[in-house]
Amino acid sequence: MIGKSVPRVDAYEKVTGRAKFTDDYAPANCLIAKVYHATIGNGKVKSIDTSAAEALDGVVKVVTFKDVPNHCYPTPGHPWSVEPAHQDIADRNILTGRIRYYGDDIAAVVAEDEITAQRALRLIKVEYEEYPVETNARKSMWGSKPPIHLDKKDNVLNRTNFFIGNVEEGLKESETVIEGHYKTPIVQHCHIENPISYAYMDKGRIVVVTSTQIPHIVKRVVGQALGIPWGKVRVIKPYIGGGFGNKQDVLYEPLNAFLTTQVGGRPVKLDITREETFCNTRTRHSIEYDLKAGVDKEGRLLAKDMLAISNQGAYASHGHAIAANGLTAWRLQYACPNTKGEAYTVYTNAPVAGAMRAYGIPQAAFAIECFMDDIARKIDMDPLEFRRKNLIQGYYEDAYLKPIAANTNGIFECLEKGAKAIGWEEKRREYANQTGDIRRGVGMSVFSYKTGVWPISLEISGARMVLNQDGSIQLQIGATEIGQGADTVFSQMAAETLHMDVEDVHIETVQDTDVTPFDTGAYASRQSFVTGTAVRQCAELMRTKILDYAKTLLPEETRELSLDHGWIYAGDEHAISLEALAMESYYSLSNSSAITAEVSTQVKKNTLASGCCFAEVEVDLKLGKIKILNIVNVHDSGKLLNPQLATMQVHGGMSMGMGYGLSEQLILDEKTGRVLNGTLLDYKLMTTMDTPDLEADFVELDDPMGPYGNKALGEPPAIPGAPAIRNAVLHATGVAFNENPLTPQKLIDGFQKAGLI
Amino acid sequence: MYDIEKYYNASTVKEAVELLGAHPDTRIISGGSDVLIKIREGKLAGTSLVCIRDIEELKGVRLAENGDIYIGAGTTFSHITNDPIIQEHIAVLGEAVDQVGGPQVRNIGTIGGNICNGAVSADSAPTVFSLNARLHLVSSEGEREVPVHDFYLGPGRVALKKDEILTHVIIPKAEYDGYKGHYVKYSMRNAMDIATISCSVVSKANLDANILEDVRITFGVAAPVPYRCEKAELALKGMEINDILYEKAAELVREEINPRDSWRASKAFRLQIGGEIVKRALKRTIELAGGDR
Repeated sequence: MIGKSVPRVDAYEKVTGRAKFTDDYAPANCLIAKVYHATIGNGKVKSIDTSAAEALDGVVKVVTFKDVPNHCYPTPGHPWSVEPAHQDIADRNILTGRIRYYGDDIAAVVAEDEITAQRALRLIKVEYEEYPVETNARKSMWGSKPPIHLDKKDNVLNRTNFFIGNVEEGLKESETVIEGHYKTPIVQHCHIENPISYAYMDKGRIVVVTSTQIPHIVKRVVGQALGIPWGKVRVIKPYIGGGFGNKQDVLYEPLNAFLTTQVGGRPVKLDITREETFCNTRTRHSIEYDLKAGVDKEGRLLAKDMLAISNQGAYASHGHAIAANGLTAWRLQYACPNTKGEAYTVYTNAPVAGAMRAYGIPQAAFAIECFMDDIARKIDMDPLEFRRKNLIQGYYEDAYLKPIAANTNGIFECLEKGAKAIGWEEKRREYANQTGDIRRGVGMSVFSYKTGVWPISLEISGARMVLNQDGSIQLQIGATEIGQGADTVFSQMAAETLHMDVEDVHIETVQDTDVTPFDTGAYASRQSFVTGTAVRQCAELMRTKILDYAKTLLPEETRELSLDHGWIYAGDEHAISLEALAMESYYSLSNSSAITAEVSTQVKKNTLASGCCFAEVEVDLKLGKIKILNIVNVHDSGKLLNPQLATMQVHGGMSMGMGYGLSEQLILDEKTGRVLNGTLLDYKLMTTMDTPDLEADFVELDDPMGPYGNKALGEPPAIPGAPAIRNAVLHATGVAFNENPLTPQKLIDGFQKAGLI
Repeated sequence: MYDIEKYYNASTVKEAVELLGAHPDTRIISGGSDVLIKIREGKLAGTSLVCIRDIEELKGVRLAENGDIYIGAGTTFSHITNDPIIQEHIAVLGEAVDQVGGPQVRNIGTIGGNICNGAVSADSAPTVFSLNARLHLVSSEGEREVPVHDFYLGPGRVALKKDEILTHVIIPKAEYDGYKGHYVKYSMRNAMDIATISCSVVSKANLDANILEDVRITFGVAAPVPYRCEKAELALKGMEINDILYEKAAELVREEINPRDSWRASKAFRLQIGGEIVKRALKRTIELAGGDR
């Protein structure tokens, strides 16, 4: 079953519209909540008047920051730490009177219907005391009066660094020393389904039905935010319309849970708009990088140095983990005896940044891979040759975070495939000396990516199986299907290990924290690796239990038993059918006991996936337009569990990578911190009309760490596209653009500056 | 859910005018692709609406006996694009409105709504201007016809009286006969977008003499209302058709238009693009006329 392109187990439900999402479950009598957002970027509420809103017919309740619990809580989708020093930063209240970004949540209205709720919002009157707004991390890190959060006087959330060898010495020995400055934009996930939840009370407990990647973590954080025992909270997650990390954060669930307690436990729905999703949920961190490196005469890296400054926005969310992940990437993949790095994460009055597909690596890879091309250009070396010269072949491990290692490393094979697909040699030559207004170029980039989070945290996973009367299996897992195909590959895994057909594995897609095994959720490209290990162990346990029970049904002298496609074999002969065995297990008068298996698994392993992107572009200099002619991603993600799903996963990531390279950016008004383009019209997500044919290829090495030879694939496809496109534009035009996205405005400015137009 | 106070459905132009007169606080809705957005944003929240979508006399394209083309204000973009009269005589208009948003919007959005919304980025506007269209309006006071140039007053403002509706866009025969047009919409992506700057060129070429006999150039998003580059037109008329002509067009247009600086694009950017697209559009009209360039 593993390695086959079996159809998604939810395909028919989804294409026929039968699959139910959060809003489909909301009861008809649901009250509607709306949030009142601040219209300043920094300051505090001097006064708030909700009387007119409360007086409006149909308004059930208005709550403000004065009504919510006083204490702060953390929001990121990390496992909780039992050590206070490693706990996530708790810096948020359910509602606030201290405004830290334009759009901060001050009050909420609960009404009988949506229009009444909207009208009530317009009746709330707020007076503010305003402070200066700072959305720039480099400026904010020098402190502000008052600081954005009182316990961080200089607005620096965290700083980390590392040293390997001696960078200063390495630079001295270098033939050429190069510096580069790169900056990535704020972008947003743009999942189809906006964050939505509804909450109600049942027998004194709060039930939250929500579109989330992390139901068990939502349960914990709602408990923390409301200051109630965590067992009093139940979280249910139906099908969700994408997450990409935004829903790896606890968003409005605590507010929603609080609101139902304020209206006697009646169901309350909080359906966030697209505009609120852009401004008030989470974004990808904008990070600035100052890089420096030295190479010897042959073009080998001798020393490299990174300074990263990450714009956190107004609240900690995933915080420094993102910039720190980029620092780790700086240590990996390239051979270099002397490396150091330093990263700052800085509070600003920008919307809150959190987790987003590939967790800090698209930012780092943009900087690093642009820089590698710039170095190659400076020393007049082909960028691919430069990579081949400096990338590590075979096994390597991280110097700091053990056991993170490339236990299998297919990067050189990936490069070979990618170069061949794009026609690297010919096109580098063909496009070397162009004139004219339309020019073409080819570029490439590489990356490596961890599989899961160990050893930074231990994220346990869970699986449970029940043998049905007909010999089929019920499978429950605690990690969530978020559109990536988790339910399908888990079903394949169970079928593989139990030697059954995928059709005989029935997976429960709705996660309910009262029922499903504990698992921290869908993120970090961890599921097929970590949860997959739980599924495999659970299936092995199930097989053992089935065979043990079979022994009780068969004569004592029976040969060794095995399980295969509905039959228990004794040696190579049918002994008893699985269905007959299952019926005995339920209904035998002498020896019945339903057969179930459950595991909670620790995976103290990590392994590096890697890959590359090659892109060919055509640049219209005078119109400032880039057309992607060809683009190919090649991934070393170990053994593919389902090649068709893997290809789709890569296509989706490539689309994200192209948007990151060409058009996506959330723009803030410098003076007020207001989001200027928080709509799907003004935020330029690529459309199908902007998307070329996408090519995905793989190098399948059997990784010993993965439960089925697999390693990370969920996030990596989004990483290498942007720098590959940028490097292709560099090849085409000779102009180095060091800030993505390469918008027409930036291109025209750059080409005018370079005297090309 | 949209915050709409009252909703009236008109089935004739007369009824629509009466409803507008009887309920002064109402607004006209046709396809709704502009009005509903404003209601959702809160700008028109709580408004009442008179719907003219079911008025049959506002739909369709017809060729009058004198050769003038009458386009019903309620004709959707996709109907205009696919209409044989449009395709034969003023293909440029069909191509221009085919660049609005995406297929769904083009199936509901109407040319009348596009014009009456008064947006400078409207994809129909530059071409309607370059074709010297006239607008037929009906109100309780009677009927009138105004040149489209006089209809746009400012951003989002048009010369529509209280109980008045636009019934037809008229392209007189003299304005299209012998002309070829091309519209360039410059936007940040290839679909689901509005113009950063746009340009419609309608020209008449005398290929025997290799002379540009007449030209009309209109820009979208280069001024508060769609902007006819009259100075440039005057200077280009009668010029020989060659590369110098196209370069001159770019140069003159850059001197004449006055786009704004905004976070969407800088003025300098729009000037660069404006010159470039007029050059390409003009060249294309000559090609369409059978010129060898």
